[in-house]
Amino acid sequence: MSIHDSLVISDLAVTYSTSRGVVQAVQNVSLSVAPGQITAVVGESGSGKSTTAQAAIGLLADNAQITAGTMHLGEIDLARLTDKQWQRIRGPRIGLIPQDPNNSLNPVKTIGASVSEGLEIHTSLSTEARKARVIELLEMVGIDNPEHRYRQYPHELSGGMKQRVLIAAALALEPDFIIADEPTSALDVTVQKTILDLIDELRHSRNIGVLLITHDLAVAGDRADRIVVMHDGQVKETGYAASVLSDPQDSYTRQLLADAPSLSVASVPQRRSVAGSVRAQQSAHAVAPWQRDVSAQAEPAPLLSVRNFTQKFGDFTAAENISFDVQRGTTHAIVGESGSGKTTTGRAIAGFSSPTTGEILFEGKRIDPKSKQLRKHVQLVYQNPYSSLNPKMTVGVTLAEPLKNFKLVGKSQIKERVARYLELVSLDPEFASRRPAELSGGQRQRVAIARALIVEPELVVFDEAVSALDVTVQSQILRLLARLQEELTLTYVFISHDLAVVRQISDTVSVMSAGQQVEYGETERVFSSPTSTFTRSLIDAIPGQRFRDGSLNMGL
Amino acid sequence: MTARQLWLRIGQALLVLLATYTLAFILLSALPSDAIMARYASPDLGLSSDEINAIRAEYGADKPLIVQYFTSLFGFLTGNFGYSVQTGASIASMVAEALPGTLALAISAFVLACIWALLIAVAASFSRGLRGFVLGLPSLMVSLPSFWIGIILIQLVSFKLGWVPVIGASPVQSLILPALTLSIPIAAPLAQVLVRSIEDVERQPFISVVKARGASRSRIFFGNVLRNAILPALTIAGVLFGELVGGAVVTEAVFGRAGIGQMTVNAVANRDTPVLMAVVVIAATLYVLINLLVDLLHPVLDPRVRRKERA
Amino acid sequence: MNTATFKKPSVILASIILILAVLAALVPGLFTSHNPLSGTSGALLSPSLEHWFGTDSVGRDLYSRVIYGTRQSLLGALVAVLVGLVVGTILGLIAGAQGGWLDALLMRIVDVLLSIPSLLLSLSVIILLGYGTVNAAIAVGITSVATFARLARSQVISVSSLDFVEAAYGSGASRFQVLTRHILPNSLTPVIALAAVQFGSAILQLSVLGFLGYGAPAPTPEWGLIIADARDYIATSWWLTVLPGAVIIAVVMSANHLSHIVQKKAR
Repeated sequence: MSIHDSLVISDLAVTYSTSRGVVQAVQNVSLSVAPGQITAVVGESGSGKSTTAQAAIGLLADNAQITAGTMHLGEIDLARLTDKQWQRIRGPRIGLIPQDPNNSLNPVKTIGASVSEGLEIHTSLSTEARKARVIELLEMVGIDNPEHRYRQYPHELSGGMKQRVLIAAALALEPDFIIADEPTSALDVTVQKTILDLIDELRHSRNIGVLLITHDLAVAGDRADRIVVMHDGQVKETGYAASVLSDPQDSYTRQLLADAPSLSVASVPQRRSVAGSVRAQQSAHAVAPWQRDVSAQAEPAPLLSVRNFTQKFGDFTAAENISFDVQRGTTHAIVGESGSGKTTTGRAIAGFSSPTTGEILFEGKRIDPKSKQLRKHVQLVYQNPYSSLNPKMTVGVTLAEPLKNFKLVGKSQIKERVARYLELVSLDPEFASRRPAELSGGQRQRVAIARALIVEPELVVFDEAVSALDVTVQSQILRLLARLQEELTLTYVFISHDLAVVRQISDTVSVMSAGQQVEYGETERVFSSPTSTFTRSLIDAIPGQRFRDGSLNMGL
Repeated sequence: MTARQLWLRIGQALLVLLATYTLAFILLSALPSDAIMARYASPDLGLSSDEINAIRAEYGADKPLIVQYFTSLFGFLTGNFGYSVQTGASIASMVAEALPGTLALAISAFVLACIWALLIAVAASFSRGLRGFVLGLPSLMVSLPSFWIGIILIQLVSFKLGWVPVIGASPVQSLILPALTLSIPIAAPLAQVLVRSIEDVERQPFISVVKARGASRSRIFFGNVLRNAILPALTIAGVLFGELVGGAVVTEAVFGRAGIGQMTVNAVANRDTPVLMAVVVIAATLYVLINLLVDLLHPVLDPRVRRKERA
Repeated sequence: MNTATFKKPSVILASIILILAVLAALVPGLFTSHNPLSGTSGALLSPSLEHWFGTDSVGRDLYSRVIYGTRQSLLGALVAVLVGLVVGTILGLIAGAQGGWLDALLMRIVDVLLSIPSLLLSLSVIILLGYGTVNAAIAVGITSVATFARLARSQVISVSSLDFVEAAYGSGASRFQVLTRHILPNSLTPVIALAAVQFGSAILQLSVLGFLGYGAPAPTPEWGLIIADARDYIATSWWLTVLPGAVIIAVVMSANHLSHIVQKKAR
C-alpha cells in the first residue's frame, strides 16, 4: 500500500469575474481528506460544492480566481501552482471521477487508449506494459472481458460500464486522492449503488482518499467518514457523518435532513383517511387486483383503469401488458429506471399516444387521444420546467390559454382566475406578467402545475415532475401537491425513479422494468414485502441505509 | 452505416442528380426563346426561316420536348453534352480542354484553404495574446470580394514587387496568385466552422477529464480536441465545393485564365444555354459525389456512426 | 440585448458605417456634390481634396460613383434577402410542420438547389430573366432559398419536440393555434438572424455579378462594375480598385459583425 498525503483546504475563497461584476463563489471553505477516507461535500445547486472540487484539481474556469486560502497536499500548496506544475500533479497525485460518464470519454478513442493516456503522459512504460496495466485496471474495476473492452469505443458501453472505465483511468497512477464529482447522478439507481460500492471498496484496498461531491445527504451518510455541508458558498457544518446526520447543529442542515425523502419519514403530511380506506379495500386483493371479479366487490369503480396496456414503436416494445387501477383521490406511482416504459405508460394515460393493444379506461370509458374533452379531465405535468413553458409567453398568457381554449370562464373572469391559481400554487399573482426566463426552476414547475390544475382536471399525471429540482424545492413541491390533492380531491399518477419519494407520497405503486410491470400493489406492502427480486434490488439501492440502521460513521 | 443505409444514401444522391438535371433542362433548354432562336434569328444574319429550321433540326430542337429530354439525358449519361450554339463545337471536347486548368486551380486553392483554416484554428487555440486578432481573421476574409483580392494581388505581387511576372509566367507561377485568390473565400468559412467546433469540443466534459490526467495543452488539442472537431469541418468542406466552382469562375475572369469559369462566362454572355447547362449539370454531379464521399468518410473518422452492432 | 453589447467599440463603429451607408443610399447628394455619371476634370487623377478617391478613366469622380452605387448594392441585397427569406422560410415551415411526403418532396427540391453552385445558379437565373439590377438581386436571393428552408424546417421540427408544444395541446389548443402561437414565434428568431447574416453575403454576391457584367448596365454606378472598369488601369492607378474595394469590405464587415451579434442573441 502506498504512502499517501492528506488534502487540507483552509479558508479557501474563489471569485468569478462576470459581466455583472465579481461574484463570490465560495468563501472560508475548510475541509480535509485523509488517505483511505471519504469526505463528502453536500449542497444544492449554487452551493459552491463544484467550485470547491474544481479548485482542488486546478480546473477552475478561466474567469475564476482563488483569492484566499491554501490547499495543501503534503508539502505542496495547490493554490499556488502554475499551469505546468499542475500538469505533474493531476493524474499521479489527484484523480477525477466525473459527473456524467456518458460525455466524459473521448468518443473517437478506444477504451484502452483513454485509460492508458495517464500512463502515457506520466510514465515511461512500454506500449505492451501499458496495455497489460490497463487490462489489469479494467479487471480491478469489475469490467468483464477486459481484453475485448480495451478495443471498444465508449458508445458501445453502458453508462455504468463507462463510469467503471473512468474510475480505472483515475486510479491508473495510484493518486493520493480522487475527486468524485456527483459520480452517480447520471446513472440508474441500481447502478448508482454498485458504482458507489466500487469506490468505497477501492479507497479501502488502495488507501486512497475520496472527496465526494453530492447533492444527496443520504448518499453522504452511507459512504462518508466526514461530511461538509455547503450552502451559498459557505460551509454550514462539518463533522463526522454520524454527528452531522443525527445531531445537526445548523438550521440549514436540519432542513436538508428533513427534506431528503430517503432520510425523513414525515416531511409530507400522512396519507389521508380517504386514501387510507381505499387502500384498506384494495389491500384485500393486492396480489392481482386486475384479475378479480368486479361484480363481487361493492367498492367504488376506479377512476382510472389500465388494462393489458401494450405500446410498441416499430419493432420495439416500450411497455407490455401493464394493468392497474387507480381509485379517485389516491396517488398511484409508477416506478422504474430509464427505459422501463414508465413514461410511455404515463403519456398514454394522458392521451398523448394510443395503446397498441389493451385499453385505458377513464371513468369506465376508453381514453380517446383525439378528444378535447379528455384534456379537460386528464392533465400532464412534465419533468423539465425549462422546456415545458413557452419562453415567449408570460405566465399569465400561459395560464389563460386553457381557459380560453376550453371556454371555461368568461373573458372578464380570466384574470381573476389566473391570479387565484397562482395563489393556489403559492406564487404571487403579479407573477402573471413575468416570462419563464425570470423564474427559478421551482417557480416554473409551480406555474406548470397551475396550468395543469386551472382546467380543474380530475386526474393529473406527473412525469418525473420533481426530479430536476433541488431537494429543498422538491420537498416544497411535494407538500404543495399533497395539499392540492386534499383541497381539490385530485387523483395523481406519479411517475418517478426515486423510490424514497414514491414511498412518501403514493397509495399504490407499479414497479416497471424493461417494459414489464414486475410488481403492483399497495405501497406499504410493496416496500415491506416485495415479491420480485427487482423491486428488492431497487429498495436496497435507496441511499440512507446506514442512517436508518443507525450505523453511521462516528469517527471511532 | 448499414448496407441498407448506404444504398439508400446512394439512391438519394442519384435521385437528386436526376432532379437537378431535369430542373436545368426545364430552365435552360425548354423554357423561353431557345438558344438557337436567340443566336440565329437576328435579322443581321439574314437567315431564312427554312435555314433556321434546318439548324434547329440539326440540334434536335424541332423534336417534342419529351423526346429532347430523353435524348439529351441519354447524351449526358454517355458523356455527350451536345454542341455549343455559339461555336458549334462539341461541349464534351470543350470541357475536356478546359477542365485540367480549372482542376489544378481548384485543388491547389482547396489545399491552401485547408492549410489556412488549420493554421488559424491552431493559432487561435495556442496564442492567448493574438487570439482576438486571429479569431477576427475569418470575418475579414469572408467580407473580401474575391475579384478584388485577385486584382490587389496582381497589383501588389506582380506590379509593385515583381515577384510573379505578368507575362510569360510558367504554369506553376501563373497558378500561384489565382490559387491564393480562390483559397481565401474558401478558407474563411472553413476556419469559422473549425474554430467553433473546437470551442464546442473544448467545452465537453471529456476534455476536463483529459486535463485531470495532467495532459499538456498540445496533447489536449492534438490528441483529443482536433479529431473530434474535424468532423463538422469535413461536412462543411464538402458543401464548400460549390463555393470553389463559383470562385473559379470569378478567379479565371480576373486572371484571364482559360478554364471552365471562362467557358461559363462566355456562355452566359452569348446566351449559349447548352454550354451553361452542361457546366451546371457537371458541377452538380461533382457536388453530389463529393458530398456522398464525405458521408461515406464519416464512419471512418467517427466510430459512433460505424455499423451499429445489432442489439 | 444588454447595454454592454452596444458599448463595444467594434459595435459602435459597425453601426456608424451602416448608418452612413443607408444614408448614402437614401440621399447620396448629402455626401458628394460631384456628378457620378459625367466627368468634370481630367481622367485618372489620383486622390486629392477635390476628388477624395481620384477620378476614373473618363474623368468621373470615383468617390461620388461609389456613394451613388450604395443604393444599388443595399437595395439589391435587401431584395435578395427578402426573396430568400420569404420563399425559403415558407417552404421550410410547410415542410417542417406538415412532414410526410410533402416534407420529403420539398427537401429534395432544396437538395437540388444546394447541389448547384450558387454562382452557377444565379447565372442560370440571369440567363433566364436577363441582365439588370433587380434580376441580379432575384438571382442572388434564389441561391439562399435552400439555406433558409433548411433552417426554418429544422427550427420547426426541434421546437415541435419541446414539451411546451405538447402541453399546449394538453391545454386544448388546436393544431393551428399550436403552430401560430407556440411553434412559429419560437422558430423564427434564428431565421431572422440568418437574414441579417445573408445581407452581407448578398452585397458580395451582387458585386460579383456586377463585376462579371451581369448587373446594372454600364454607366450606372455599381460597386462591382466600378472595380471591373478599373481593371485595365491596375498597373498605374491603384486607387481605382483599392478604395472602392475598401468601401465594400467596410460595409460587408459591418453588416456581418452586427448580424453575428444578432445571431448570438438569437441562440
